[in-house]
Amino acid sequence: MKTRLLNVWSVLKLPLVAILVGFVVGAFCIMLAGSNPLTAYAALLKGSLASLPSFGETLYKVTPILLTGLAAAIGFRCGLFNIGGEGQYVVAAIATVGVAWSFQGLPHFILVPILLITGALVGGVWGGIAGILKAKRGINEVITTIMLNWTALYLSNYLVRTLLNPSRLLDKLPSGHTVAVPEAARLMKLKVIIPAFGYSSAHTGIFIAIGVAVLMWFILFKTTLGYEIRAVGFNPTASEYGGISSAKNTFLAMFISGGLAGLAGAIQIMGLVYMVNQSPELPGYGFTGLCVALVGLSHPLGCIPAALLFGILDNGSRQMQLAGIPKEINAIISAVILVFVAGALLLKYINVYFEKKRGAGKPRFKEVREV
Amino acid sequence: MKGRWKKDLPKVLEMKNITKVFPGVVANDKVNFDLEKGEIHVLLGENGAGKTTLMNILYGLYQATSGEIYFHGEKVDIKGPNDAINLGIGMVHQHFMLVENFTVTENIVLGSEPSKANGLYLDMETARNTVKEVSDNFGLKVDPNALIQDISVGLSQRVEILKTLHKGAEVLILDEPTAVLTPQEIDELGVILKNLTQEGKSIILITHKLKEVLSMSDRVTVIRRGKIVDTLKTKDTNIDQLAEMMVGRSVKLTSDKEDKTPGDVILFIENLVVKDTRKYDAVKSISFDVKAGEIFAVAGVDGNGQKELVEALTGLTKTVSGKVSLCGKDITGNKPKKVLEAGVGHIPEDRHKRGLILQNTLAENLILGYHYCPPFARKGVMNYAKINEHARTLISEYDVRTPNEYVTAGSLSGGNQQKAIIAREFYKDPVLLIASQPTRGLDVGAIEFVHNRLIEQRDNNKAVLLVSLELDEVMNLADRIAVIYQGEIMGIVEGKDATERQLGLMMAGASMEEAIEGGKADNENKIA
Amino acid sequence: MSGVTVIAVIASAIRLATPLLLSALGGVFSERSGVVNIGLEGIMIFGAFFSVLFTHITGNAWIGVVAAIIFGIVMAALLAVVSINLKGNQIIAGTAVNLLAAALTAFFLELIWHRSGSTPICPDMLTSNPIRVLEKLPVIGDLFKQFTPFIYIAIVLTFVTYYILWKTPWGLHVRAVGEHPKAADTVGIGVYKTRWICVLLSGVLAGLSGACLSIGTVGLFREGMVAGKGFIALAAMVFGKWHPIGAMGASFFFGICLAIQIQAQSFGLDVPGEFLAMVPYVATIIVLIGVVGKAVAPKADGQPYEKDEA
Repeated sequence: MKTRLLNVWSVLKLPLVAILVGFVVGAFCIMLAGSNPLTAYAALLKGSLASLPSFGETLYKVTPILLTGLAAAIGFRCGLFNIGGEGQYVVAAIATVGVAWSFQGLPHFILVPILLITGALVGGVWGGIAGILKAKRGINEVITTIMLNWTALYLSNYLVRTLLNPSRLLDKLPSGHTVAVPEAARLMKLKVIIPAFGYSSAHTGIFIAIGVAVLMWFILFKTTLGYEIRAVGFNPTASEYGGISSAKNTFLAMFISGGLAGLAGAIQIMGLVYMVNQSPELPGYGFTGLCVALVGLSHPLGCIPAALLFGILDNGSRQMQLAGIPKEINAIISAVILVFVAGALLLKYINVYFEKKRGAGKPRFKEVREV
Repeated sequence: MKGRWKKDLPKVLEMKNITKVFPGVVANDKVNFDLEKGEIHVLLGENGAGKTTLMNILYGLYQATSGEIYFHGEKVDIKGPNDAINLGIGMVHQHFMLVENFTVTENIVLGSEPSKANGLYLDMETARNTVKEVSDNFGLKVDPNALIQDISVGLSQRVEILKTLHKGAEVLILDEPTAVLTPQEIDELGVILKNLTQEGKSIILITHKLKEVLSMSDRVTVIRRGKIVDTLKTKDTNIDQLAEMMVGRSVKLTSDKEDKTPGDVILFIENLVVKDTRKYDAVKSISFDVKAGEIFAVAGVDGNGQKELVEALTGLTKTVSGKVSLCGKDITGNKPKKVLEAGVGHIPEDRHKRGLILQNTLAENLILGYHYCPPFARKGVMNYAKINEHARTLISEYDVRTPNEYVTAGSLSGGNQQKAIIAREFYKDPVLLIASQPTRGLDVGAIEFVHNRLIEQRDNNKAVLLVSLELDEVMNLADRIAVIYQGEIMGIVEGKDATERQLGLMMAGASMEEAIEGGKADNENKIA
Repeated sequence: MSGVTVIAVIASAIRLATPLLLSALGGVFSERSGVVNIGLEGIMIFGAFFSVLFTHITGNAWIGVVAAIIFGIVMAALLAVVSINLKGNQIIAGTAVNLLAAALTAFFLELIWHRSGSTPICPDMLTSNPIRVLEKLPVIGDLFKQFTPFIYIAIVLTFVTYYILWKTPWGLHVRAVGEHPKAADTVGIGVYKTRWICVLLSGVLAGLSGACLSIGTVGLFREGMVAGKGFIALAAMVFGKWHPIGAMGASFFFGICLAIQIQAQSFGLDVPGEFLAMVPYVATIIVLIGVVGKAVAPKADGQPYEKDEA
């Protein structure tokens, strides 16, 4: 039992310490801004968890980043760094608007699955481009996905300005956003089912996201596809040797990863925003997704609490601002957590230091003869 | 005896009571080692005995936990390679330390470049001239402007030696320098080293090959499990004594194997052509067959197309032309999965690169290659109960030393990793087993295990294709031996008729007829 | 299209290319030594902010430039610690630098000026041509009227970078460390030290680039003003095949795309601006695919060096 607990600790140590460090640095910044960290963090929790509506608002924030987190996680599991969650999100979002507009006559229960599949497919294709380039030409997916992020943004901006603009579709004045998706394309609000959710924007997308997390867990750890993706992630050459095509699985992983980020885009459109705006900047869900995956240890189920954490940070910032604390604190906390996760070895050094202090047992000669 | 030596030749170097502790391992335990001026001193030991660690300490790559180093009688503190280089110590590493897309000159002068304007201008002109000068002085010809990626392994080694000489080394450490050379190239290296000692250089040679000790050295120090066994004069010792000292018990250098008539042709290869990663023909129109109940060996120096041959047979590399069939069925150009399904077992030459997924559990590794087959998976869903049970069976059957089946494959020792691979491949009961350098990096006990298993496979009337760089292993195990040189088979000889000299000549590119002539002349001198 | 428009487009292209080039040169140093620098964007944000802050404090934009360099180094040092000493994932480290820089500058903006969005205009800027003589040249004289000090700095630094990396012993060390760090280590070249210096140099250059964006262009700091320029710089570095002169060509090419995008209407060009904005990214992917001569990264780029010493 005790060893079991120790194992759990050794696995969870890194994210927990990272989070702690993030909040300590955050506290320092809060004091720099002349406030009390305790008040600030109380406001953070109050703003995100204290009531059902505020918790609902948190759930709304969790939905897209859980999906982009899963996207990053499956990439990591296949040894891929999909930094392109942004672009996959963006293309899927604009495609969702386009398809929803084109099929606006369809009833809700048909249109919704069509849109979810559209988002996943379009995001998947966008991720798949980087996947194919990696699988066939060995081109580093980090650079291609970064390039595809901005390509996606400008493509989306173009479509917002032209094809999907109200000026073209509704004979209205040109505007900086697309037309809104029809009523039938919109996901149900949680408050419709449970009125206690009140003003919150939470919608059924959160159930889809959690369902997808469980599905991803099953795929990664209980199916041959998952076995093969993980094998390729750790050792592509040994996988080839075992009859596992690394090219095929690299492409598949990037496609699935892009699909998940695309799903995030579709659900975000269908859940609340209903339209796409012109923007000079990437929306940031992809990058937050990287944080979620890293804190969630690239485990689909680990991504759920990790996404909740970042959702709390995001949603609680308003309450913090009301308490007179700059809302940027939360972004700083996220960034510090990421720095710490990247520099995970620091933890090892600290451990070694303490072990030295404790005086580790005298090492013995390693058995060289084995038989 | 020892006292007289001391008087005759001054000690260049002494390492006293060197201990090096890695977490959980004592790699060197109170080691004493010395080097006399102008001698070639072999440091002999098995893989993992601590030879390279000791030399890395001398070269400043590691810091000793305790112990002292004396250079020309003065205590020195070598904190990094720079200190070693400044003292005049140079090292030629087993894996060459050359920048592939730099020129020969750039590599040789790296770290001690001639410059102008207070180090603000890299003077390549002078650099090229110095390189020419050094290479002329020691009779080591190289093209200073060639890129490393375009020159042969033998030349690369020469560049490595020049690199140390250019930095003014008077002590040269060579780590397993012969692994990549033909027997004839090894002889050449011997001559080069002898010349260097005549120029006043002192040389330390790290090796685990007994014959090289006898032919190349003045003295030999044997190290076993981190401790020095003894230091002897080469002429006062013999191969059996050294083997026993190295392993710690008397060793049988040959395996028993009964005569056997081979059966049907299992693997048939005709005019096979394969390109390497640089798009050159690495295998040029090779033909041979392997029969049931025989061990067919492909001998040769590393880098003569063996890797490409094996990868083409197993589908890991594309074949350019030619035909491969297994039990009469054409498998040319099949994907790895198809080849495995056709009944091929494969012990890869690099178990970390190909054989195992080190970060995965042992149980997951023990199904690699048939992970999608029942009972381990049905309809794409894995059955971990069956997988773990399978692992436990193999672990006990093949005596894999591990706490349980959940540990990562990377936490096992090299020998146990190899056992796990063998267990996995034998479980398939393959009609053809391809064993590529199956004993690389293993100690003597593990080598015996592997050899016995290969013979067992042969005795069970299976076909075994053994690819090995170790002549001893080939001559010991094979029923027939093909020698590969620059992608071509120089000839196929019966295992029982083969002589080392003959194989060696063929490995260097002589035709079989030439080799037999040469072999006859030296038959009397053959070392058993 | 008249000569005046051509000059205007070229001048605008050069001005737009300058921050890209400075940052790309930083990328060249870092990646030639084997450290992938995704954090250029974040370092630029830091440089842009602190140059404005110190220009406000001192009233002298050149002191702002020095501040940009110093704070660029600070951000780069964070990247260096994580990716060199802690052997962390360099992509994560770079992403963290980007997020941290954006968050910290927004925080400081709030803290110092009690406002979000942007700072007030600086009392001093570096937007005018310091070498007036050149403006008297025939035909291209008008071009120089548009030049800022940063343009001269960037051009000089391009050749300095080339000289350092290919003509000095230390440059040989850098490239060896980026290709085969162990080989460098065994001949006594300090891998960590070399990489540290290179990453800090990338901090200097990307910090300068940030200053170029703020006090060299608009004279203030605005949240989101870098908006992906660090990534275009990264693209320019890849497009220029990890070579300073190549990076210069790529930056200029990208600058032209951006300039045409801005001035498209003025000479009636009917290409949607969004597609021009895409060009740098798409072009870089095409270069990577190898359609126009394959771009190959230094071999050890992105791999932490383990000294395998416990």
